[in-house]
Amino acid sequence: MAVAIQVESLGKRYRIGQRLRYHTLRDRLGYALETPFRFLRGGANGGSNGKRAEIWALRDISFTVNEGEVVGLLGRNGAGKTTLLKILSRVTQPTAGWADVVGRVGSLLEVGTGFHPELTGRENVFLNGAILGMGRREIARKFDEIVAFGEVADFIDTPIKHYSTGMQMRLAFAVAAHFEPQIMLVDEVLAVGDSAFQKKCLGKMDQVARTGRTILFVSHQMSQIRRLCERCIWIDQSRVRMDGPAGEVVSAYEAAQMDSSEESTGHSFLSWEMAGQKQTLRDGFREVDVRMQLRLSQPISQGHLGVGILNEANFTVVGWGFDGIHLPAGLQEISLKIPMLPLRPGVYTMVCSLFDRGNNLTGGQLVDHWYATPPLMVDTAPLAHPQDRWAGVLNVPAELQVNETVAVGTSTGQ
Amino acid sequence: MQTATTTHPAEIHARALRIAPSHGLLNLRLREVWEYRELLYFFVWRDIKVRYKQTAIGAAWAVLQPFLTMVAFSLFFGQLAKIPNNGLPYPVFYYCALLPWIYFAGALQSATNVVVEQQRVITKIYFPRVVLPISAVLGGLVDFAISFGVLLALMTYYGIAPTAAVLWLPVFLLLAILTALGMGLWLSALNAFYRDVRYVVPFLVQFWMFASPVAYPSSLVPERWQWLYGLNPMAGVIEGFRWALTGQGLPPGPMMMASTAGIVVVLVSGLIYYRAMEGSIADVV
Repeated sequence: MAVAIQVESLGKRYRIGQRLRYHTLRDRLGYALETPFRFLRGGANGGSNGKRAEIWALRDISFTVNEGEVVGLLGRNGAGKTTLLKILSRVTQPTAGWADVVGRVGSLLEVGTGFHPELTGRENVFLNGAILGMGRREIARKFDEIVAFGEVADFIDTPIKHYSTGMQMRLAFAVAAHFEPQIMLVDEVLAVGDSAFQKKCLGKMDQVARTGRTILFVSHQMSQIRRLCERCIWIDQSRVRMDGPAGEVVSAYEAAQMDSSEESTGHSFLSWEMAGQKQTLRDGFREVDVRMQLRLSQPISQGHLGVGILNEANFTVVGWGFDGIHLPAGLQEISLKIPMLPLRPGVYTMVCSLFDRGNNLTGGQLVDHWYATPPLMVDTAPLAHPQDRWAGVLNVPAELQVNETVAVGTSTGQ
Repeated sequence: MQTATTTHPAEIHARALRIAPSHGLLNLRLREVWEYRELLYFFVWRDIKVRYKQTAIGAAWAVLQPFLTMVAFSLFFGQLAKIPNNGLPYPVFYYCALLPWIYFAGALQSATNVVVEQQRVITKIYFPRVVLPISAVLGGLVDFAISFGVLLALMTYYGIAPTAAVLWLPVFLLLAILTALGMGLWLSALNAFYRDVRYVVPFLVQFWMFASPVAYPSSLVPERWQWLYGLNPMAGVIEGFRWALTGQGLPPGPMMMASTAGIVVVLVSGLIYYRAMEGSIADVV
């Protein structure tokens, strides 16, 4: 069988801070005077004091993917899956090793890349298609299909700033779903959208997979991986930990997540779910019981836990802080009961920070900080304004009533 | 860096795209840019489409800016300061120079910012990054064309007919584009690493204008310094515009040659620097 992707001893090193902030010229001027050539090589080299920590996001990765294989990539957040896809799609360069890729590569690291709010749906389809790597003719040929798939036919000539988030997502997915390169790199993009549309996209992916295309697929949803992939690669702490049939790798991965005897990885957070509804919230007005599995290498006394829920715009919709926490070392489950959670439909991130010997005011000593994965999906019927920009962040219904007893001539803001 | 020790199938050798740490400063991969010309077209098209969205007077801005500047220059530099004008009416004298200058200044600003503005796309999709500054520089040409219409009206009003020199105009326009691109390559790559650049550019543009024959004719510069003055690429371009459009002023000479040499240096060095930095732009932007 022909080889589609061959990866050999691939590595990627980041300097800490490189991705997080940009440098000001002043930081560098003194350094530049000493080594002018390094200065011209910009952020890729050097620092103001020459001492910078490095992180290997990927290390010594080797594997081969044959043509037509559908391979799932597993691993917890920060393991290096996205970095691997970015290298294979040439968004970023490796620091060591090499990869050979045969055939046209298309990457879906997110959907709707390059969408411009002022442009109409039609214009954005062409723009987004071109950015993904489709030719103008190819887009024109598939245009009707894309619009039908995205269910936005009536608004195709309206600027997408007037679309709801859901509509924008659907249109973006529709373009992505009709993108058919020989090798496809997909990063978790199927994790969003409402559940009916998600099913439709999965169906489309299934279909694409059957046409003999090579797919490398990152997901945190094991059901998706089991359904789509015959083979899985598990990446753990920047290295390949296991590579084999999907069923086996998924089981081993899940077992490792649960197994408390596993040596500590330095992370406290293992997994989370909402009692009775996994990670998808379908009713915002019932009590939600958020359960998180943690593994602590040290006991916490008089600790503090901060939990925040962030929407797609990284806006903190709600946050809580709990003081006086006592947790023994080892595997723990904490349960967070929230009487109601009337959030707008969408994808949310739960952020937690755990402190030792601290409280709401002092913070204390940070033990761990994590983003709960997979993300929190809210799949409820929208109750507020149909246009996103007026709807706000709460999803609560309101009733309007005209009271006839109001005296004539009195102005009220009905 | 490690080298491959395993053997791999011969067929993959032949057709594969090799992804590895890059080296080699002089590989400009210009053919790849040509392969991505359709994306370049879409970037330019988007720029033009959204430029005047949600403005009250739309594309009239493309005319107002050079026109009002011309009025101010004619009034203060012309009527009050009595700057020599090559025998041209001040409005025509200034507008001829402002046309390429405003294009250049605008193109330089958008090329500087384009990498930062398009950071989402850069961190998600691969394409030759050099497409971005090229698209930024080309996007300004529509405004240029619109404001060119006003020049034709002005020249008709003052009864100035272009001479055969007007055939040189496309050459000067091309030089203006290449200058903006060359500087834009330097500044946009630097801007990805150091946001200071964003604050430097407005000053740079201002100083550069005084160093170019926009508000005055280059004949004010002593002859023995003309070649040095000409190393500023825009000096040759602007003087060239005046000469090509009206037949007045200095025809292309030593100054023009110095300018062309300056443009080549800026452009080639810009390309090399940009290409060298390209790989790490997605990691830092």
